[in-house]
Amino acid sequence: MLKHTFSDNPKGKVAFYLPFTIVVMVGGFLLLLNNQMSQLPSAVFAIVWGTSSVVLLFYTLNLIAQLFPTKAYNKIIPYVFVGPAMLILLWYLILPTFRSLYLSFFNRNSTAFVGLDNYKFIFTDPNMRTAFRNTLFWLLFGTGLSVFFGLTSALLAERTKIEKLGKTLIFIPMAVSMVGAGVIWKFMYAYKPAGANQTGLLNALMVAFGADPSNWLGTEPTNTIFLIIIFVWIQTGFALVVLAAALKGVPNDILEAGRIDGASEMRILFSIILPSITGSIVTVSTTIMIAALKSFDIVYSMTNGLYGTEVLASQQYKQMFKFLNYGRGSAIAIIILIAVSPVIAYNLKEFGKREVF
Amino acid sequence: MKRRSKGLVVALILLLTIPAVWATGTKEAAATESNVIKVFGNFRGEEAARFDEVVKIFNEKTGYNVVYEGSPEFETQILIQAEAGTPPDIAALPQPGLMKNFAEKGYLKPLAQSVLDGINSNYAPVWRELGSYDGTTYGVFHRVSAKSYVWYPKKAFEAKGYKVPTTWDELKALEQQIIADGGTPWSIGFEAGNATGWVGTDWIEDLMLRTAGPEVYDKWVNHEIPFDDPAVQKAFSYFGEIIQDPKEVYGGATNILTTSYGDAIKPLFENPPAAYLHRQANFITTFMPEDIQANLADEVGVFALPAIDEQWGVPMLGAGDQYVAFSDKPGVMEFLQFLTTWESCVPLAKAGGALFPHLDQNLADYGNPIEQQMAKMLMEAKVFRFDGSDLMPAEVGAGSFWTGMVDYVSGRDVKTVLSTIEQSWPQ
Amino acid sequence: MKLTAKTAKHNKLILVLLIFLCIVWSIPTVGMLVTSFRDKDAVSSSGWWQAYKTPSAFTLANYDEVLGGQHFTVGTASGSTESRRGVSMASAFISSITVTVPAVIIPILVAAAAAYAFAWMSFWGRKLFFATVIALLVVPLQIALIPILRDYQSIGLNGTYLGIWFAHSGFGLSLAIYILFNYISTIPRSILESAFIDGANHFTVFSRLILPLSIPALASFAIFQFIWVWNDLLVALVFLSGSGQKMDVVTVRLMNMAGTRGTEWHLLTAGAFISMILPLIVFLSLQKYFVRGLLAGSVKG
Repeated sequence: MLKHTFSDNPKGKVAFYLPFTIVVMVGGFLLLLNNQMSQLPSAVFAIVWGTSSVVLLFYTLNLIAQLFPTKAYNKIIPYVFVGPAMLILLWYLILPTFRSLYLSFFNRNSTAFVGLDNYKFIFTDPNMRTAFRNTLFWLLFGTGLSVFFGLTSALLAERTKIEKLGKTLIFIPMAVSMVGAGVIWKFMYAYKPAGANQTGLLNALMVAFGADPSNWLGTEPTNTIFLIIIFVWIQTGFALVVLAAALKGVPNDILEAGRIDGASEMRILFSIILPSITGSIVTVSTTIMIAALKSFDIVYSMTNGLYGTEVLASQQYKQMFKFLNYGRGSAIAIIILIAVSPVIAYNLKEFGKREVF
Repeated sequence: MKRRSKGLVVALILLLTIPAVWATGTKEAAATESNVIKVFGNFRGEEAARFDEVVKIFNEKTGYNVVYEGSPEFETQILIQAEAGTPPDIAALPQPGLMKNFAEKGYLKPLAQSVLDGINSNYAPVWRELGSYDGTTYGVFHRVSAKSYVWYPKKAFEAKGYKVPTTWDELKALEQQIIADGGTPWSIGFEAGNATGWVGTDWIEDLMLRTAGPEVYDKWVNHEIPFDDPAVQKAFSYFGEIIQDPKEVYGGATNILTTSYGDAIKPLFENPPAAYLHRQANFITTFMPEDIQANLADEVGVFALPAIDEQWGVPMLGAGDQYVAFSDKPGVMEFLQFLTTWESCVPLAKAGGALFPHLDQNLADYGNPIEQQMAKMLMEAKVFRFDGSDLMPAEVGAGSFWTGMVDYVSGRDVKTVLSTIEQSWPQ
Repeated sequence: MKLTAKTAKHNKLILVLLIFLCIVWSIPTVGMLVTSFRDKDAVSSSGWWQAYKTPSAFTLANYDEVLGGQHFTVGTASGSTESRRGVSMASAFISSITVTVPAVIIPILVAAAAAYAFAWMSFWGRKLFFATVIALLVVPLQIALIPILRDYQSIGLNGTYLGIWFAHSGFGLSLAIYILFNYISTIPRSILESAFIDGANHFTVFSRLILPLSIPALASFAIFQFIWVWNDLLVALVFLSGSGQKMDVVTVRLMNMAGTRGTEWHLLTAGAFISMILPLIVFLSLQKYFVRGLLAGSVKG
């Protein structure tokens, strides 16, 4: 195991840094809590305060841990590093999750215990059945297509001179807010009756080619695909940025060696490039999959789940905030959480393979 | 030591910035906070700017500092705030159901006697009932909308020699005449993003009032008769006569579903009009093309959707935000009392797009003849009923009723549509 | 290289494919850009690609209204009508920056530290904690709004920037840990080993080795968190409301400009374009750090 030779006694440092850290953290917090500064000074102050408090916190906790013998230090130090994050998560997400779990056994306004009724609803309601089916589509196609196009454009961009421009253009949709994206895609999918002036681009193309305009978002089951396209349009930028960076890390000499051996570009792609960025692909896929599972705003703002486009996340949002049914809303959130457990398990398996000190 | 010097630098920067920032910031101190009364609602943009003028009158008169804030996610937010114990002082709730939900949980303050006096003297009894839960009154109505209007393009309509129908039969005859002339009578648009379908629920409610009458309507809304009652089927059949006939509606069924409710008025002002009739609430004027809005009185005509059964006169369907108090801070009840006076309505009436239930209203204060005419129709209606979908539980009124209307227009049969809605009614 | 003719052909094909993808991806955005320069009636009566047919419908008014405040007609107490200008975008921009920058910076260091511990330290609960972090990725933040707001109310954080920074930090933390872990865990073991042999403690390794080596990952996460926070509507509404319009962020102000019924599309397009500029600048300026970008280290071998 590791040996730490502490050259100087940290006690003196602790005596200075511990009170100093507390003063900075608490003082800054109280100051900001008063909220009396105008916007920009308080933002600047917050950046300085936030960064220095975090650095000081880790620094001081590390100093305190150093007061202990090396063996104890090695036991304590992981919790110093992981602790602040876990505490924040405990407050912001873990406790609310348990609260939801609890509420999911109660009725709409949490006044009476109903056992598993809410879960029974989830698995029997016809709307929910559609939502399950569509969520599966979203997971498969939303994730698959985003990663596919992200990887393709990353591979292509790397081999051209317009790399930066190309990446930026594909990244732009990520920066568009959902409000903007909703408007944009209304102009893509809008439907006017045959003969009228089409204001949706897709239908204008249909008419130009002599076909009848189609009600893209109103026709089951393809409308779910058209909604997923919006998701893919947005998420490809994420996949592109992450995967393009990973591609840069593929050592050039291996590629050159492959080319000199006369391997075709396709072979190089499949036997050298892709295997070496598997880790990144898994990360990107997991992240996008979870985004697809959570994404309710596209469905909610484009069709409100009409015409069989409901997904679990939009049902959850509607039950909770539209229908004021906390019981059902919470139960759906719990089901989503359970549904993602295979992804967690897979990631844990990979996680277990990591070597640590 | 390098690191220690770094730490000292950080310390120095902090020690310098804290007082400096402190000094620049304290100017915006919270002196005004104490008499601020927060009003929270869902109307925004121009409507909020117009309401600010109402607030201004009150603030100047009383010295209170009422501040209005609108939110695009009002319904979600007011729920979260009420549950978390951080509600505004006053909220403008669009659905009576929301009021009942909050009243049941004890979040709302009953109105003071001064406000009740204002309501009793200046409103028809129906408005007090709509603001009450379990015998206690919580809500004051101010700006309302009335929905039972049919719009037509005045110039083209008159050029064709059409006459404003006063009975249902005359309306039907007019439709046939328009079709015979090669035109299309109705333009209807259901699309409204995450509220698609509400236009259809308004139609059914109007037809329920006209075919079954207000008492059955109340029973229907309160679920004392099932949603698939024959009375409801009858109302649907009247609507079906219109939407199931491609000659009756511009663009046919698909177009109804994909046209945004705000765009559905536009075919009336094409040349020649692509449709001649559009049933919609008073606010639709703001969706008309700019040049039409500039000449509203010359370009646009409006009449009330005619009666089907004459015994109830021409019923009027409407809706509106009710202002409820979450706090009993000084000034809150004064403001609500102020809302019961006509004085608080004048700026909004003048600016247009708003009607009022106030009995002492002065029609001359409305900004244009069309609105005076609409206000008159609203005041004269023997029967007034609140938008039923806003009174039903949200699962139905903002859920299955909307989707049911979409299904019905898509071609699903009435019985299936109605029984699906009936099943979704929460026990 | 030997196969120059073939590679040249290849390169041309690659270029064509990339340009095709870029065009497809840009069409909607171009549509938005064109729409943002057209007047209200033209927007709803003809498609944006037909805009050239009605050149008179081109206008800068949408940008004028979004940037300088909308033109409202209001009635006054005296019974006349007056025009007013609504609030401009400028203060919302400052508010958004105030919300976003600390909400990006605060979680990054906390997450990096946790990611370092997960990647390189062995401790009891390591697997359990990590599973929790991944599980939390999928927890919708909506379920946390009511309890957190309640807590905020009791400690006075409601309606303060401090509150929203913490909220965004908390909601973004699990993804930050997950993404940074994937990078930090692939830093070559040998680098860390030699540092420890030299007697460095974990804090030194973290601040002198891990953080500098992770700059590409930190930069990539920063840009994503920047975009999410910048475009967030719900969290800003819940934690910053009640302060009048003073603290409105860009998304909130845009939605308010869209009017009660959200149908002022012509303003939304102009506004969406303006609000996109800053995230893009951040992207372009951080792009140079992606050279060995996010997860680049996850090369096996």
